[in-house]
Amino acid sequence: MKYSIFSLARAALSGHKTWQPTWRDAAPKDRYDVVIIGGGGHGLATAWFLASEFGIRNVAVVEKGWIGSGNAGRNTTIIRSNYGLPGNTGFYELSMKLWETMEHDLNYNAMVSQRGVLNLYHSDAQRDAFARRGNTMRINGIDAELLDQAALRKMLPFLNFDNARFPVQGGLLQRRGGTARHDAVVWGYAHAASALGVDIIQNCEVTGFTRDANGKVTGVETSRGRIGAGKVGMAVAGSSSRVAAMAGLRLPIESHVLQAFVSEAIKPLIPGVMTFGAGHFYVSQSDKGGLVFGGDIDGYNSYAQRGNLPVMEDVCEGGMALIPMIGRVRLLRQWGGIMDMSMDGSPIIDKSPVDGLYINAGWCYGGFKATPGSGFVFAHLIARDQSHKEAALFRLDRFQRGAMIDEKGQGAQPNLH
Amino acid sequence: MRIICPYCGERELGEFTYLGDAKPQRPAADAGEDAVYDYVYLRDNIAGVMSEHWYHGGGCRAWLKVTRNTLTHEISAVEPAAGVGAAKVGA
Repeated sequence: MKYSIFSLARAALSGHKTWQPTWRDAAPKDRYDVVIIGGGGHGLATAWFLASEFGIRNVAVVEKGWIGSGNAGRNTTIIRSNYGLPGNTGFYELSMKLWETMEHDLNYNAMVSQRGVLNLYHSDAQRDAFARRGNTMRINGIDAELLDQAALRKMLPFLNFDNARFPVQGGLLQRRGGTARHDAVVWGYAHAASALGVDIIQNCEVTGFTRDANGKVTGVETSRGRIGAGKVGMAVAGSSSRVAAMAGLRLPIESHVLQAFVSEAIKPLIPGVMTFGAGHFYVSQSDKGGLVFGGDIDGYNSYAQRGNLPVMEDVCEGGMALIPMIGRVRLLRQWGGIMDMSMDGSPIIDKSPVDGLYINAGWCYGGFKATPGSGFVFAHLIARDQSHKEAALFRLDRFQRGAMIDEKGQGAQPNLH
Repeated sequence: MRIICPYCGERELGEFTYLGDAKPQRPAADAGEDAVYDYVYLRDNIAGVMSEHWYHGGGCRAWLKVTRNTLTHEISAVEPAAGVGAAKVGA
């Protein structure tokens, strides 16, 4: 199925009764060249890039539940590339560029909206740090603008500029950042990958790995039987430790819960994405009108996909400090997702110590924006057995070598990243 | 989630700070690099019942050892952590 204005018109004339499923719900074959564990955005993007860029089309994506049922469906849909450290800066910009072309590449509307991401600063020291990060971005060819208070008063007149404790002095704006429709990203990659022959296998939980006499991974055991594989890639952030443990590996990762919130729908208020710089609160407004916001992770290990009240209170206090009028808006729903919190706050995309098993993990709470870039560099790693240059620092052994990529400078304490 | 502190009674979660898995033990000063790497960076990341360290900063300021299920957040035991806190109550 190819989508266009003509396909839309044709379907409209027949009362929209002719639409077909956009991807095939496949049954597992005995063997594939590559099996990807995890039918989220990253896993499906990896399969799509393997098929479209690297010529490997005998690929299966196996998913425990339904595609997009994990963090791909539980995030706050923000895309940006405003990172400051070598390793992150180039990688997230690669991902940003892929966001800009993905809808055309996939022939699927993912509602990518470059409405801008604005980080607010509230002190001279924070302004200097943001100026430095903005300069880092600009010398790497990424857009960044440092705005002063006068510019922000025009753009966002409702902010609490004169708050006695946290006056808003200005902000660092990346206009190319914004949001994308998270479920459509999943469906778009599934649509395009499936069209190239990738099998998407749902309700298929991996329960173990099959290994040969040398210990090389030769496939996966699943709830739908054994599936042979030349190579196996895991993209199961949130559950990476559990899957890696089946291959006898321990990872530098803890699983933590991050909550997100949506308000009732209101008229257009928030033009882009903005973050409070004096606490942890970020907000955007969905096209349906709901304010989508969040803050810190809860801070304790959890696989429960739900959080507790102290963080909810903290997030709402941050929102009230920045935009006092949102106290009048009612909260509509709230949920939690399980984050692969790595020991330095940056991801791991590398071969594992087990031959034939490739790891894509440790995305902390920043995996959504990385979806296309992660898929591209992971497919590169699996196809060519070497890291893509923009992912060359995301190595599993970097902790042992002291080559951490610690954007916040917090050290090996995952709940502080 | 509420934690029943052995010194203060049942208190809300906001009074407590989380450190993490109570299992890793600091290696001896002359242990090799691998042992230190293991202690600092690697985690079992248990999905199920886990023993962990919490700090009651909003109350008695004691370190606690909490047995909690990471799949359900159910807490089955709270004890003073080994060290000064435990010594106070003869644990």
